[in-house]
Amino acid sequence: MNKWSDNRAWWLVLPVVLIVAFSAVIPLMTVVNYSFQDTFGNNEFFWEGVGWFQEVLRSDRFHDAMGRQFLFSFIILAIEIPLGIVIALAMPRKGFWVPFCLILMALPLLIPWNVVGTIWQIFGRIDIGLLGAFLDNIGVEYNYTQNTLDAWVTLVVMDVWHWTSLVVLLCYAGLQSIPDAYYQAARIDGASKWATFRYIQLPKMNRVLLIAVLLRFMDSFMIYTEPFVVTGGGPGNDTTFLSIDLVQMAIGQFDLGPAAAMSLIYFLIILLFSWVFFTVMSYLDRVEN
Amino acid sequence: MKTKAFVTVLYILFLLLPIYWLLNMSLKTNEEILSTFTLWPQDLTFANYMVIFTDASWYNGYINSTIYVVLNTIITLLVALPAAYAFSRYNFMGDKHLFFWLLTNRMAPPAVFALPFFQLYSSVGLFDTHIAVALAHCLFNIPLAVWILEGFMSGVPREIDETAYIDGYSFPRFFTRIFTPMISSGIGVAAFFCFMFSWVELLLARTLTSVDAKSISATMTRTVSASGLDWGVLAAAGILTIIPGILVIYFVRNYIAKGFALGRV
Repeated sequence: MNKWSDNRAWWLVLPVVLIVAFSAVIPLMTVVNYSFQDTFGNNEFFWEGVGWFQEVLRSDRFHDAMGRQFLFSFIILAIEIPLGIVIALAMPRKGFWVPFCLILMALPLLIPWNVVGTIWQIFGRIDIGLLGAFLDNIGVEYNYTQNTLDAWVTLVVMDVWHWTSLVVLLCYAGLQSIPDAYYQAARIDGASKWATFRYIQLPKMNRVLLIAVLLRFMDSFMIYTEPFVVTGGGPGNDTTFLSIDLVQMAIGQFDLGPAAAMSLIYFLIILLFSWVFFTVMSYLDRVEN
Repeated sequence: MKTKAFVTVLYILFLLLPIYWLLNMSLKTNEEILSTFTLWPQDLTFANYMVIFTDASWYNGYINSTIYVVLNTIITLLVALPAAYAFSRYNFMGDKHLFFWLLTNRMAPPAVFALPFFQLYSSVGLFDTHIAVALAHCLFNIPLAVWILEGFMSGVPREIDETAYIDGYSFPRFFTRIFTPMISSGIGVAAFFCFMFSWVELLLARTLTSVDAKSISATMTRTVSASGLDWGVLAAAGILTIIPGILVIYFVRNYIAKGFALGRV
């Protein structure tokens, strides 16, 4: 669609810019400020230069948290995206059951994140949780507070439980936009199920899938509340992801300098991914028009 | 066809099982939870819910959360509507960069902002107020609302605007009388998302409040650490936080699929 060129449109955007600037730019400047300085309390600050950045970038603690974070996000995407597509394909397309399915599937998305954590914390306990008790009964050694692998499995299953529905709903919306005529044409041509999926359904879903991958990547990359409630970053530091580490450093230990430097590095990584995504999306927009 | 239904039912069962378990626990006494393992309450009790409805420190959590969520939704929609219109209809200086900058805020980890927010809102005297949390949540809700609304608005042909202007409508009159009703489903979807992301967020809400505006999520985490583990009440509180979500989904159920695609299908 052609747009009008008019710089007066800035007036319409101005309120958004002001509010977001207040809650994004000012705090970000505070962070930048801390990241270059050191303090011994009493609001006295000393110029530190890039020292904190060097310290953070070289520390094992940061590398480990970063490694765990990428591994977690990767596992999440590898499970949730294919699973979401499969379930979206399996859902009924019309009829009485559609709103029913949609409401039930959207349910986990609207539960406060700490309640999601609480649900799984309870669900996985051997003494009072259904899952934990079941596993214990069939003889599986399962203890998410002691065993690293169990903690990871619990967190991954929890995230799949929590967020796969988002992927399902996105893909479902993409599938709904395919006219019946496409399927009829495919049937006349004798297309196999796989061919229908590969050449009709998948291309129609690529934009929503892009949104799904982006949202799931971003949100799993900054996950905080759920692992915090379930494992608290443990056992040891084995489930301490970037956000948990950062909050521990900034609010727990009050190490403002390193925490600020880490915030900025963290933010830059996210910014890089956003930019790649944004470029791809505008490219797809141009191709389609 | 059978396998498809089977997959769907299996997935929904997987989703409902942990929630059922929470509901089950909320209706038991603590003795039953800890001593015997039962698949449904043997001794049905609503005492856990009564604790929440009669104790001010509990039910105020729900009231506080509702206040800041509603405030946030109103602020977000008021400023996002004109902005989304500008992005969907006009080319202006720096529009692409501005849009990208907005989106990056949706992707900023709240953990990065927790401490600076605390200092910022303390210094302007807004700490522990509902408006502080509402404004803080604007950080990620405004970009999302602009994004969703822009998608819906781009679906309305520009000829409608032109016709209205030729008929002598001024911009504010056209916008409020004609344009806004046309994208009402988009507004509903955007409101749904604002509600959802503000309602489920814990980190910022907990950092920015202490007593007067303490959110229900913060109440829950603090109670766990303070008074030992009252599993029954905790479960009941969890169940009660799910109910507003169910109500909201019910109202937008017809738009939900389109809304999750952010109006861009």
